[in-house]
Amino acid sequence: MTRSERREMRAGIIFISPWLIGMGVFLAYPVLASVYYSFCEYSVLDKARPVGLANYADLLGDRLFWKSLFNTVYFAALSIPLGLVLALGLAILLNTGVRGLTVYRTIFFLPALIPTVALGILWLWIFNGENGILNMFLTSIGIGAPGWLTDPVWSKPALILLSMWGIGHAMVIFLAGLQDVPVHLYEAADLDGANWWHKVRHITVPMVSPVILFNLIMGIIGALQYFTLPYIMTPNGQPAHSAYFYAMYLYDNAFLYLRMGYASAMAWILFLLILALTLLSLRLAARHVHYEAAP
Amino acid sequence: MKAESRLARLVVQSILLGLSLLFLFPLFWMLSTSVKPIEETMLFPPRWIPSAWHFDNYWQAITYGRDVLGYIPFFEYGKNTLLLCILGVTGAVVSNAMIAYGFARLRWPGRDFLFGVTLATMMIPFPVLMVPLFSLFKQLGWIGTFRPLWVTAWFGSAFNIFLLRQFFLTIPRELSDAAVVDGCSEFGVFRHVILPLSKPALAVVALFHFLGTWNDFMGPLIYLTDQRMFTLALGLQSYQSQAGGTEWHLMMAAATIVVLPIVVLFFFTQRTFIQGIATTGVKG
Repeated sequence: MTRSERREMRAGIIFISPWLIGMGVFLAYPVLASVYYSFCEYSVLDKARPVGLANYADLLGDRLFWKSLFNTVYFAALSIPLGLVLALGLAILLNTGVRGLTVYRTIFFLPALIPTVALGILWLWIFNGENGILNMFLTSIGIGAPGWLTDPVWSKPALILLSMWGIGHAMVIFLAGLQDVPVHLYEAADLDGANWWHKVRHITVPMVSPVILFNLIMGIIGALQYFTLPYIMTPNGQPAHSAYFYAMYLYDNAFLYLRMGYASAMAWILFLLILALTLLSLRLAARHVHYEAAP
Repeated sequence: MKAESRLARLVVQSILLGLSLLFLFPLFWMLSTSVKPIEETMLFPPRWIPSAWHFDNYWQAITYGRDVLGYIPFFEYGKNTLLLCILGVTGAVVSNAMIAYGFARLRWPGRDFLFGVTLATMMIPFPVLMVPLFSLFKQLGWIGTFRPLWVTAWFGSAFNIFLLRQFFLTIPRELSDAAVVDGCSEFGVFRHVILPLSKPALAVVALFHFLGTWNDFMGPLIYLTDQRMFTLALGLQSYQSQAGGTEWHLMMAAATIVVLPIVVLFFFTQRTFIQGIATTGVKG
C-alpha cells in the first residue's frame, strides 16, 4: 500500500466512524440481543432467564397472537392493492397533460403530510357514530349508518378507507415514474388504433412496473407494522379486538405486560414475515416486472 | 399519455376536480369545527361555516389543564418538539454527509462490502430493535430524558447514507482533484467542494428528518415518562385520551396546531419535497 493509499484509507475510516459506532451500538448489538431475548423470559427489571423455545411455543397457542396477525394481514391485503390502484390511477390522470397539475398534485399529496396523531383524531371525529359528518351524510341519503370504529364488522374497513386518504406519497413516486415513459410508445400505439385501456394495460403498467414493485414492498413493510393510527383510534383494539394489530400486541407485551422476551419473539416472526413477503414480491417481479434496457 | 380529445380532457378534469374536493374535505372540516361553538358541532344538518368564529377555542385547547399542571401544555410540547427537531436534524445532516462522503469519494478495503451491509440493515423493522434499545437506554439512565430521541441521529442512518452517497457520486471527480492540487485536505474537499454542491440533497435529508421527528409517536411514547417533556404528537394523543369524545371543537383546534406548521413548511419547500420523494422512489 502506498502512502497516499494509506492516507485515503485513514480518511475513509474517520469519515464513516460515526456509522461504525451507530451500526454497532444501535443496530448490531440490538439485533443480537433481540435474538437472545426471544429465547428468554425477560421483564427488563430482572436479568434475562433463558427458556429455550418456550416463547415461540406459547405464541402458537396464543389466541390474541393469531387474532392480531389475522387483523394485520386483512388490513394489508386490502389496503395495499387498493392504495396502489388509486395512487397509480391518480398519477395516470395527472399525467394526461391536464391543466393545474401542480395544484392537483399538492391537494392529493397534502393528506400524506398530516402528522399521524392529528390525522387519527380528525378521522375519529369524521367516523363518529352520532355526530360524525360521514354518518350524517349517509343518513341524509338514506343509507344505514354503521358505528364504524365502534362496530367490530366495520372497524377494519374504516381504517382501510382512511388509508386511502394517505396515498399521496405513492402517487408522487408513480408520477415521477410515468414522466420517464417515452412518448413515442404511445404514438406508435395510436397508429395501431389502440384505445386508452390498451395503452394503460400494455404500455403504462409494464413501463412503471419497477415503481409498482417499489411501492408494493414499501406498502408491505408499512402495513405489517401498522401501529400509531389504531393505537389512537381503536385503543386496545376495541371493539372486540377487531382492530387489534400485530404491532399493538407486540408493544403491549413489551411495555404493558413487561414480557420483553415474548415481544422479541413476536418481532422476529414479524421480520421473517416481511422478509418472506418481500422475497415473494421480488420473485413474482422477476417474471412480470419490465426493466427498460439501458440505451 | 396525453388526453387528446376535448371530451377526454373534460372527463379527466371532472374526475380530478371531484376527487380533489373529497381529499380536501376532511381538512376543511377540521378547520371549520375548530372555530365552532360546541353546540354547532352537533347540529343536523351540519353547519358548514360557523355562525361566529370562535378563535378562543385555540387558546382553550393550548392551555387545557393549565391550572392543574402549572404550565401551558402545548407551549411546552412545542418547545420540546422544536428542540428535538433541531438536535436531530443537525445530527442527521452532519453525520450522514460525513459517512456518505466516506462511502462515495474515498477508497478503502471493505468499503463496498460494508455499504452492502448498510443497505441490508434497512430491512430490519423497528420492533426487532425496540426491546434491546429500551434496555440499553435504561442501563444508561436515558429513559425519561430526550436523549434516546436525538442521540441516535448523530450516528447515521442507512437510508440517508444511501441517498447522499448517490448524490455525491454525481459530482465530477475533477472538482475534488483540483481542490487537492490547490492544497486542500480531505476534510477541506468535503467542506468546501462537496457540501456546497450538495445543498438540495442535504435539504431533503434535513426536511425528512424534521418531519420524522415532528410526527414520531412511538419513540416519545416508549421513552418519555414526564408529561412536561411530551412532544406535540404525544401531547395531542394524551389530550385526546383525557378530554376527547365530546369537545370536538377543541380537539380539532389542537390537531390544527400540530398540522399547520407542517403544511406551511411544505408550501415553502414543495419543490425539494416532491423531488426528494420522487428520486428516492424511482432512481432508488
